[in-house]
Amino acid sequence: MKEFLEGSHAIAEIIKSCQPGVISAYPITPQTHIVEDLAQMVSSGELKSQFVNVESEHSAASVVLGGSATGVRVYTATSSQGLFLMQEVVFNIAGMRLPIVMTCANRAISAPINIWNDQQDSISLRDSGWFQIYAEDNQEAVDFHLIAYRLAEDKRVMLPVMVCMDGFILTHGMETVDMPEQDKVNKFLPAYKPLYKLDTADPISMGLLADPDYYMETRFAIQETMRESIGYLFDISKEFNNVFGRDYKDLLVEEYQVEDAEKVIVAMGSVCGTIKEVVDEQRAKGKKVGLLRIISYRPFPYARIYEALKDVPKVAVLDKSVSLGAYAPVAVEVKSAFFGKKKGPKVISSFVGGLGGRDITMETIHEVFRRLGAKEVNFDFVDLKPELLKEEYGE
Amino acid sequence: MENNPLFKSGHTACAGCGQAVAARLVIEAAGANTIIANSTGCLEVFSTKYPETAWGVPWIHSLFENSAAVASGVEAALIYLGKKDTTNVIAQGGDGSTGDIGLQAISGMLERGHDILYVCYDNEAYMNTGVQRSGLTPFDTNTTTSPVGALSSGNLRPKKPVPEIFAAHGIPYVATASAGFPQDLTRKVKKAISIKGPKYIQVHVPCPLGWRHESNQMLPVARMAVETGLYPLFEYEFGVITARKQIMPKPVEEYLKMQGRFKHLLNNPGEIKKVQDVADNNIKKYNLKLEAQG
Repeated sequence: MKEFLEGSHAIAEIIKSCQPGVISAYPITPQTHIVEDLAQMVSSGELKSQFVNVESEHSAASVVLGGSATGVRVYTATSSQGLFLMQEVVFNIAGMRLPIVMTCANRAISAPINIWNDQQDSISLRDSGWFQIYAEDNQEAVDFHLIAYRLAEDKRVMLPVMVCMDGFILTHGMETVDMPEQDKVNKFLPAYKPLYKLDTADPISMGLLADPDYYMETRFAIQETMRESIGYLFDISKEFNNVFGRDYKDLLVEEYQVEDAEKVIVAMGSVCGTIKEVVDEQRAKGKKVGLLRIISYRPFPYARIYEALKDVPKVAVLDKSVSLGAYAPVAVEVKSAFFGKKKGPKVISSFVGGLGGRDITMETIHEVFRRLGAKEVNFDFVDLKPELLKEEYGE
Repeated sequence: MENNPLFKSGHTACAGCGQAVAARLVIEAAGANTIIANSTGCLEVFSTKYPETAWGVPWIHSLFENSAAVASGVEAALIYLGKKDTTNVIAQGGDGSTGDIGLQAISGMLERGHDILYVCYDNEAYMNTGVQRSGLTPFDTNTTTSPVGALSSGNLRPKKPVPEIFAAHGIPYVATASAGFPQDLTRKVKKAISIKGPKYIQVHVPCPLGWRHESNQMLPVARMAVETGLYPLFEYEFGVITARKQIMPKPVEEYLKMQGRFKHLLNNPGEIKKVQDVADNNIKKYNLKLEAQG
């Protein structure tokens, strides 16, 4: 049913439909509206769940870890510093192969403290063994949570999923969302049946010490699951389309006017809506431009990106995060998809924008297309304010 | 207990480890219908080295500082599943994971009122990493990070009063116990398990390596700590002391001379006096002294 909803409320509604038995969270802007709404649903009896109000994000992640290990579907949400405080537990959850779903309301990292959107938080946890899927709008954010549980709890997968949605832009944005009906949710996402759990009827030990004779295989196993999951994502997407009538193709990337394009921007998340507008404008003027939107950042779709961009002469990667002292994170991986290959763009330039909530406007995107020339650029920050870069503490 | 122990032999604890003895007493007292969340530390390492486990009950280890939060999630899930009334939940860890790095998570667990027993095995330093001082290391103890030197006679401060901190949460039950008094420990665990809500038991567990005593001296050392007043045994219910083990106090020197970690104090009457003051304060504060029968 189509409803006009705030992003956070839509997420709370879909989580309610997924019926997690344990929810735990600690408040951090811009995640708060999601968990406030869930708390209200539990308080009113709409949602039968244990809502555990904890004293930190470290404990929020630990509570859902314990709940999941006891065989129950669980949910948490966080952002920015909260995700960083969780980091230790985040890695732990993946290592323990627990199918936890978390929303990351993407936000910048301190210092300086900044509550606005970029993607530095989730990008920084890319090596943790969690799936990371990035929503462009609130319809996707809703749908991706359903897909996330389905993927995480797949017996062949048993890994956690982080659904990333841009803070404020999506979490606090009002949009029309086609909310999945409960009977369809039940059809697509059956009740969780754990493969293993803490149960006095059948005692097992979880979280054992693995010495050098055993540790490496645990990491190899996660890597293999991630690799194989590229196929599972396609199957799950197909089933999702059968039930809900929305087609996310392979769930890895979205190609928008890429086929005959001479210039393509690669990006993730809500900024892609803006890029599509610019692409439409430029296409109307006969310019061959396009967008390749990465949906799944983990696993990273190297082969799919290669196929999509191998004949595109010029590619610009627009990162909303940085790896200070190195090339920007998404740009590095896009470039690596072409290393040693026969085909590929002549130029893959890297742009960084939107940090700490600086608006990426249509003009910003036009500027990126303009700067995407014959000479490859790296470390190119868009929309910098030169007047703020003057030395104040020089000799 | 003898036929199907819940904490089995074959684990890799050192000979004379007080924690191994206490951990077995705790789980045997709690019984088979128990789920344990264990912090990182000696107990975790020596009982669950893959592919083996010593545990006959469901057991989970996640991290160093989060066993109270993991246990909170286990308990919440059990409530959701309708199994809480028939299942006990224990969170446990050493003094470092309890009094230092995990203090906040435990405080949260207590404040939220989870029906969980938290057990701290207090061997008074970070033994798993090589005897570094913790917040529960006693005054004047020689550890690898509070070494004795020209300017120091060991750990600078007395033990952090963790049982009092947790009792101040107004929870139904807080107790101290000792591996040297097994029946008393068993009784306290059974009592704690019978009470609904958050409970805390702190068990004094000698560590032959870290305390530097012979491995066959675990029991006498543990008992002497209690008998000198340096490790008072007491029970709090809802923030009020309701019981204590009374003693005919022995001089602290009797305890200090049993262990290498206090060897540097033995020819230093001034420092021994300071340790005696710690015991005397405990004796007064908890009313430990058994009056001679008239």
